[in-house]
Amino acid sequence: MATLDINRVRKAYGNLEVLKEVNISVGDGEFLVLLGPSGCGKSTLLNIIAGLEDITGGEVLIGNRVVNDLPPKDRDIAMVFQSYALYPTMTVRQNIEFGMKIRGIPAEERAKATNAAAEMLQMTGLLDRKPSQLSGGQRQRVAMGRAIVRHPDLFLFDEPLSNLDAKLRVDMRTEIKRLHQRLGTTIVYVTHDQIEAMTLATKVAVMKGGVVQHFGPPQEVYDRPANTYVARFVGSPAMNIIPGWLLASDGVPTVAFDTPQGEAVVRGVPLSAETAHRFAGRDVLVGIRPEHFGLDPSGTVPVGVDVVEPTGPDTLIVFAAGGTEVVARLEPFDAQVGRQERFSVKAEKVVLFDPATETRLD
Amino acid sequence: MATKSLARQQMLGRLFIYSALILLALYYLMPLWVMVTTSLKPLDEIYSGSFIGLPQEITFEAWSKAWSGACIGTECTGLRPYFVNSIMMVVPAVLLSTGLGALNGYVLTKWRFKGANLVFGMMLFGCFLPYQAVILPMAQVLGRLGLSGSIPGLVLVHTVYGICFTSLFFRNYFITIPDELTKAAQIDGAGFFRIFLSIMLPAALPIIVVSCIWQFTQVWNDFLFGVSFTSGSDTPITVALNNIVNVTTGRKQYNVDMASAMIAAIPTLLVYVVAGRYFVRGLTAGAVKG
Repeated sequence: MATLDINRVRKAYGNLEVLKEVNISVGDGEFLVLLGPSGCGKSTLLNIIAGLEDITGGEVLIGNRVVNDLPPKDRDIAMVFQSYALYPTMTVRQNIEFGMKIRGIPAEERAKATNAAAEMLQMTGLLDRKPSQLSGGQRQRVAMGRAIVRHPDLFLFDEPLSNLDAKLRVDMRTEIKRLHQRLGTTIVYVTHDQIEAMTLATKVAVMKGGVVQHFGPPQEVYDRPANTYVARFVGSPAMNIIPGWLLASDGVPTVAFDTPQGEAVVRGVPLSAETAHRFAGRDVLVGIRPEHFGLDPSGTVPVGVDVVEPTGPDTLIVFAAGGTEVVARLEPFDAQVGRQERFSVKAEKVVLFDPATETRLD
Repeated sequence: MATKSLARQQMLGRLFIYSALILLALYYLMPLWVMVTTSLKPLDEIYSGSFIGLPQEITFEAWSKAWSGACIGTECTGLRPYFVNSIMMVVPAVLLSTGLGALNGYVLTKWRFKGANLVFGMMLFGCFLPYQAVILPMAQVLGRLGLSGSIPGLVLVHTVYGICFTSLFFRNYFITIPDELTKAAQIDGAGFFRIFLSIMLPAALPIIVVSCIWQFTQVWNDFLFGVSFTSGSDTPITVALNNIVNVTTGRKQYNVDMASAMIAAIPTLLVYVVAGRYFVRGLTAGAVKG
């Protein structure tokens, strides 16, 4: 078990900079998820933590020890790969024991550790099979077993669920969470799936273009995204970003935006007095999560229903506002396309962004 | 009505295909037939009868003469010592070139370095170099190393020439093995050679077979390097065969010639028969990953 500190880490291939000054720090036993689209540098960062790629600048510390120049095997880490990377010619048992064999652990102890891991992952019956005789989920288990017997300071997961079908993915997600709860080992987990990030993480680092956009607990990333990129990337359907303006008013920060049915006004958005004063009368981007709309005859947002998408538990309503398409997630009701409705907005949940920099105000 | 004529058309088509195939097969088998029958006939029968007919009396005399009695130059030892020469040449040459090719393929795919593609390109270029182009420089190198005219010299020549091909085989095979496998092994603590021996080589069995068959055939059947770099009692079997067939006193001993040619060809035939199905499997293995 260990802390992980990534200090001003940079990585460049020639002139191509894939990581620019990354700073992340997590405590012992945390579950860090690196979240971002492909090509954002998250896998490169993971490989740097593992020691599989060398570092252009900065420091990586595992348990307060600088590991920049340590080879992977001396970093006390274990890694689970996207393709599982099971050795094809070895049985499951040999796969799990390979690392221990190299470290010179006696056969008896190896067998004990392997059996314990197999029991924990419910794959005792698979130990004598070859990887090619296993299903995707079983291979995933073996890869995790191989990591567990290492008793590492740090688990690294590189998109471990993206090769599984939807149902299995949800099951294995739970399994990984359970594993983390049981072992309490620090985990770094790379994914492009924001649901995985939300469900698993204690800390999320949202990355784009080699830069950490937002680093914080998942609920904070969801509620108070650092910029419009993070706001759009996390959550499904994504947060609505509606061009509007801040009214110069009487101490209660109030935003307004246009809809084809008239002006919508939201009173009481969270904003410091200082920023409210600075932005009074100026354009802002109004961020509203779909679930923060509510059907309300006395609501302040006039809506012309464009599309109705019932999902079962909720009904999604698509309407126009501020020149963009806006999605609201409401409790099922008798929605009719073309009809006029009025919505209210949970003002305290609204997030405002600067239209020039697209970063959050406050 | 329509279906009936369609069926007949199909049958006619089949008939045509099969008769063409059988005819061509016969055409290609004809020389083998002549070789086998001739080698089993006494010399008198060959000179009195037709080349193609069955032997009236079967004798293995020509075979035993070819193996241990035929004269090559002034020595009447048969092919046996030269067969041994070829074995002494082909076994180390095949093992060395396959081993080095595997190592090259491993480095070129899993431990890529700056200029790896250029190195690979130059190796590929080696595949297209004709034998004749390397004979003179090779002779100079062998002379400097003190290996000229010897079997170890031939082993060196065939190993060097074979590496281009074997590296190509292994590189194209290893490139289908995911890099994550090497990374996983690195994290498990395995080093360069441990990964090669414990993970890459066991996974490469099909291509090892391909490489061995290919190299065995090339080295065993080679004539030019053998005749250029060795002489006398050090020559491989192909050169000895040529000497038996081309140097005769008195009546040409067709039965001995044919038996000799077949003795020289048997090892490669055997290799194909034993390992042939792995050969095809290995050549297509890149397409189907487990």
